[in-house]
Amino acid sequence: MYKILEKEVLSDVTKLMVVEAPQIARKARAGQFVIVLMHENGERIPLTIADYDRKAGTLTMIFQEVGKSTLEMGTMKVGDEFKTIVGPLGHPTEVENFGTIICVGGGVGIAPIYPIARELKEAGNHVISIIGARTKDLLLWEDKMRAVSDELIVTTDDGSYGRKDLVTVPLKEMMESRKIAKIWAIGPAIMMKFVSATTEPFKVPTIVSLNTIMIDGTGMCGGCRVLMDDGAKFVCVDGPEFDAHKVDWNNLLSRMTFYRGQEQAAIARWKESHKCNLDRAVAEGVK
Amino acid sequence: MAELTKKDRMKIPRQDMPVQEPDARVKNFTEVALGFTQELAQLEAQRCLQCKDASCREGCPVEVPIPDFVGAVRDGDMAKAVEIMKSKNNLPAICGRVCPQEVQCESRCILGKKGEAVAIGRIERFVGDYELAHRTCDVKKGPSTGKKVAVVGTGPAGLTCAVDMGIYGHDVTMFESLHTPGGVLVYGIPEFRLPKSVIRSEIENAACALGIEIKASHIVGRTLLIDELLKEFDAVFLGTGAGLPMFSPIPGINLNGVMSANEFLTRVNLMKGYLFPEFDTPVWVGKKVAVIGAGNVAMDSARCALRLQSLGMGNAGPDSEVHIVYRRSAEEVPARQEEVHHAKEEGVIFDFLTNPVEILGDGKGGVSAMRCVRQKLGEPDQSGRRRPIPIEGSEFDMEVDQVVFALGTNPNPIVFVNAEGLERKRQGTVVANQETGRTTLKGVWAGGDVVTGAATVISAMGAGKRAAADMNNYLKDKSAW
Repeated sequence: MYKILEKEVLSDVTKLMVVEAPQIARKARAGQFVIVLMHENGERIPLTIADYDRKAGTLTMIFQEVGKSTLEMGTMKVGDEFKTIVGPLGHPTEVENFGTIICVGGGVGIAPIYPIARELKEAGNHVISIIGARTKDLLLWEDKMRAVSDELIVTTDDGSYGRKDLVTVPLKEMMESRKIAKIWAIGPAIMMKFVSATTEPFKVPTIVSLNTIMIDGTGMCGGCRVLMDDGAKFVCVDGPEFDAHKVDWNNLLSRMTFYRGQEQAAIARWKESHKCNLDRAVAEGVK
Repeated sequence: MAELTKKDRMKIPRQDMPVQEPDARVKNFTEVALGFTQELAQLEAQRCLQCKDASCREGCPVEVPIPDFVGAVRDGDMAKAVEIMKSKNNLPAICGRVCPQEVQCESRCILGKKGEAVAIGRIERFVGDYELAHRTCDVKKGPSTGKKVAVVGTGPAGLTCAVDMGIYGHDVTMFESLHTPGGVLVYGIPEFRLPKSVIRSEIENAACALGIEIKASHIVGRTLLIDELLKEFDAVFLGTGAGLPMFSPIPGINLNGVMSANEFLTRVNLMKGYLFPEFDTPVWVGKKVAVIGAGNVAMDSARCALRLQSLGMGNAGPDSEVHIVYRRSAEEVPARQEEVHHAKEEGVIFDFLTNPVEILGDGKGGVSAMRCVRQKLGEPDQSGRRRPIPIEGSEFDMEVDQVVFALGTNPNPIVFVNAEGLERKRQGTVVANQETGRTTLKGVWAGGDVVTGAATVISAMGAGKRAAADMNNYLKDKSAW
């Protein structure tokens, strides 16, 4: 179970995997996520579902190598198996025909915004997508996004491709010039915070998908809780999508750094052990 | 040994169980109580007066024939003791470790009237461990009935129900939402109180002997729904426990360092955070930890925190402290006596009649202190315990950097998607017949914490057992719905 059927290297640090998970694919819908566990000693990592194929019984996950676990996951090959994938978790995106909507995807967040854009398009919305990345190499799925969008704007922070802007700039222009019914934004927490701040003055309902620290994904640990203006909510069971204008972003950003000390120690340890392996391999190769 | 007189028996003192010394054990996660040797078990068993109308048995939620198994231990016939035990209790090695015997069987022991009760729990644990080591009493699947049973949840209620259903001859499939079966026994109870190897051995043994299939990482309510289970199975048992943590509705609960006992314990127990970085899941411990609540979960959290501090994790330093902060007094502490005793020995500080009203931030996202109010006890409340009343003007700040809430748990509503007709009460507990476990939805039984709210392992096992008996009658057409 949970075998990797395809693997694609989207950039140095971004990998795509298609995995066998028929039980989950059967139920998965846009906006939901899964939790993966590589092996007995691993940690449970929440990943938003980038795509699913009910017939083939597969899920597509895209992840960025940011911590020890994702670095290790990046070394998994086709044919390798996860110990566990569990889901689908959280509530699916509420899809209906709203009119003209905007989907904003930042970095690896372009992956989970894709099925949402697709479903919104299928429901008859006029879909404007804004996708952005730090640099050209980190941009992904431009073609797929184009195929499900009526209009597509691409930005990079460094101007290496598309417009040299943050995603919030074209977003603001759109709201100034057009009647926008609703906005979805998925990306790094800091991007979502600024999207929220950009759309709030225009009073355009804005939905963000939060990816906080969690363990079980079923409401048991409460580690994922986020402060909304009406109290704490659990991202895993109340979300992952929330009204961006009600989120306490500073609290969210602070909570995401809680284990940073241990995370950095783990990355250092991982890189050290891999350097050793590499040195050994080189030495043996020379012999 | 020559037959002892009643007087002789009453002269034997209650035997202590060998334990790891407090100084040593706070530095490791291995088991604290080491268990009786056979000599100690037999000596303790000699104390039992073998009462004709033994009331100890009435104190046991699964009615273990206590004088009979204790008698077998006294005679040195361990295989017989195991057989007697297993006629009522499938998981003695677990119950011997986690049951609150002092309010159950041992509270009824006649010896306790004047002196100390027979240490039934310690003898039970000895019998359970003997069975784990020697496997003298194999459970066997009954003649196949061809009926399919789904058991949702692999904690004490589900396990007990599944084993009995297997013995009755039904084909059992168990569903577990986490990646490891065992429920609260695995994610909640620490290794130093109930080793994972004991749970694994009990589950594997039962699953193998009875052909029970365990589907881990299957969340009923997400991966599969109750209405789908009803199409595929002839009967469904819900033993999904009470997994939803409660937080106090006070300011500051979302600061870094504030967490549920569920999160703290799951990181430590299920994910083995105390072995970080060998295991990937980090766990953090403060220099001054406040655990709110005084149940078993609170004791477990406090004692885990002490051990993590000894390992030098998180903010731990030379003056590290762990406090139990409880709004009532020592009299009302709901935890097992042994856990409270062990916690005190290990250095946990108890702050009674104290209630947090606000958690104060350090300006960097973390916790700097907890504002508390002193309490006094008033008239008894609904639970029969004296109600704590805040003392006006008694507010004070307690310097802490971690706050762990162990205030109890409610059933997880995630399970009940597409379960129309399955009635629940306001707190989310399932409405079920106390004797049979039948819910208001045909074909669905429930038992354990999901029905009662957070309670004990043994009461969940009792409910699993009663439900299994009724499910069996129903499936064998001995009773209509």
